[in-house]
Amino acid sequence: MFSAFILVPAILNGLMTGAVYALIALGLTLIYGVLHIINFAHGALLMAAMFAAYFAHELLGFDPYLAILPVTAAFFAIGYLLQRFVITPSSHGKDENILLVTLGISIILENLALAFFQADTRTIDTPYAFEIVDLDIAFLPLPRVIAFFAALGVALALFAIMRFTDLGRAIRAVAKEKRGAELVGIDVKHIYAMTFGLGIACVAIAACLLLPNYYVNPQVGNAFVLVAFTIVVLGGMGSVTGALIGGLIIGLVESFGGLFLGESLGQIGIFLIFIIMLLFRPSGLFGQRA
Amino acid sequence: MTKTRFTWTRRSLLQASAAGGAAMATGVIGAPAILRAQPASVPIGVLHPVTGAISYSGQQGRMGAEMAIADINAAGGIQTLGGAPIEAVLGDAQSSPEIGVTEVERMAEEGVSAIVGGFASSICLATTEAASRYDLPYLVDVGVSDSIVTRGLANTFRFGPGFGTITSDAINNLVTINEAAGNPARTVMIIHEDSLFGSGLAGLLNEQLPQRGFEVLETIAHPTPQRDFNNVALRIRANEPDLVIPANYYNEYVLLARTMQQQRLQPKGIYSVLGGAASSYRFLAEFPEAAQYIMDCNHWFDPRKQAALDLKARVEAEGAYFTYEVFLNYSCVQVLADALERAASTDRGAVIEALASSSFDGHLMPYGPTEFVDGQNQGAAPVNTQILGEEIEVIFPDEFASADAVFPIPYQ
Repeated sequence: MFSAFILVPAILNGLMTGAVYALIALGLTLIYGVLHIINFAHGALLMAAMFAAYFAHELLGFDPYLAILPVTAAFFAIGYLLQRFVITPSSHGKDENILLVTLGISIILENLALAFFQADTRTIDTPYAFEIVDLDIAFLPLPRVIAFFAALGVALALFAIMRFTDLGRAIRAVAKEKRGAELVGIDVKHIYAMTFGLGIACVAIAACLLLPNYYVNPQVGNAFVLVAFTIVVLGGMGSVTGALIGGLIIGLVESFGGLFLGESLGQIGIFLIFIIMLLFRPSGLFGQRA
Repeated sequence: MTKTRFTWTRRSLLQASAAGGAAMATGVIGAPAILRAQPASVPIGVLHPVTGAISYSGQQGRMGAEMAIADINAAGGIQTLGGAPIEAVLGDAQSSPEIGVTEVERMAEEGVSAIVGGFASSICLATTEAASRYDLPYLVDVGVSDSIVTRGLANTFRFGPGFGTITSDAINNLVTINEAAGNPARTVMIIHEDSLFGSGLAGLLNEQLPQRGFEVLETIAHPTPQRDFNNVALRIRANEPDLVIPANYYNEYVLLARTMQQQRLQPKGIYSVLGGAASSYRFLAEFPEAAQYIMDCNHWFDPRKQAALDLKARVEAEGAYFTYEVFLNYSCVQVLADALERAASTDRGAVIEALASSSFDGHLMPYGPTEFVDGQNQGAAPVNTQILGEEIEVIFPDEFASADAVFPIPYQ
């Protein structure tokens, strides 16, 4: 059970899964770090993006990797509009309300999907879905290798945006000191909406990367959002690095948990980490101490 | 408001004749027998999980039932009820026992004389019990868990075999196949889905395999749906069993087989017991390389019956696959129609009695005439198949085997 032929594939599987989890958590942590809201609609928006990519493939013949561009653009816009014209007005500035509003959006989206698409589990079949990258010691499914590098790429791009562009600077300013940012002329409402849009764009990319090797049904977002929350807590709320490292760690934990404890029991590692972090280091590995 | 006397206007004449015509068409107005429309139909509940995680199987089951109903109606309906046609009252269990129960209650209220279907053991367990509260005869199409027919429910009948029978036949045939090849296989890994069907079956296998000289290295449970079998594949690689025994529903079986192929796992044999796709024409058509040499002990039609072959041709001509849900449901509706004929009544109690005394061999399965004891059809038994080339061959029983088993798998 401990031979390299078992451990190395388990590690690589864990890293590949973790990278996609990290991408989803990135969106969540960005939204929290800047807007200070916990986006309960994250999973539902992931599900919506997966359906969009699914139909882009089934009805328009778009390969999921090609669909990344239009789906991401569309969901960026959806995120922007959602934050600016739905969440903010309906919450009247109170944080508790925002939680309920995002929860409400999540319920609405899930049930709309159920109503239109039924509870069927759908998959797509692409010619490369079962191609493997042959590493002798491990056989890695090609779509997951692609997802790994794409997720890392997006994380790097996001980091670059935050560090080197005006938008990034504005976002960091608003996150740090909202009043001050307003005073120097930054349109805070616009920045809030842009940040939410960016967060949902991350989720849309993750959806397209997941589709070749995963399935989509109206409940698929729930499992992911739970893991994403764990990663955000593990990595530190608001920390991009934390989301990436946290995602990879959780991916490894899930992989080894599943390997040694079985598919169902193996999930226990993830939630143990969640509880332990909240008990002993609530700010996370890379987060600011509150 | 002023009171007006009724006068015949053109409008009222038209309305009256329309109403009269409609009434005559529905037979409400008494009319001489030659003018009467056909007799009231016999409503039968057709319940399957046509949406949700096991929707493919549900849709296949419904198709089989509907084809049988159409055929029976085309042949004149239920003769002893004046040629009454069977009317299908369709239900969707949405792959959930709770929703299945709701559908049973709706059907009972709509006055069905019997229900056929359910498909999954977990769904059937709940729906048969719900139906018993209305004394509604329920003919289980597939659901193999033995607990379905051992609760003493007078309304519950199962046409196909239970997993007790299936497991002992499967193991007997496995021993035969293994001995014929010189006993190359000794170790086994069982991979099963974790609901009533898979867990029950895994329990029986774990009990009986060691008694016949096999060692069960590991038993892995997974939920339905399950989308990633990489860890399962790793554990198969770690254990290196001679045989892998999967027991799950269609999607998961396909994914496991493809993952095993992708990860270059080469056990001496894949011997499925009620493998969800292991004897499925759809699996063979979509993934022929992953399907090669896979053996199954599962429900299969009687290839000696021309009616079965004709139905297979018809289903395939429509571009669908002739999977076990289709021919089991088709046969169940035939059994039900025969019971209605002998009961000569749509009364639920009469139908239950007719089923209990049923002795019908006009179905498509290799079971012989039906004989229900405590609700279980006695002659029901599974068939062993193996996918060889482009065909699904029958390897047991000898009476209609079409090929010899190829075992162990000849890897290049």
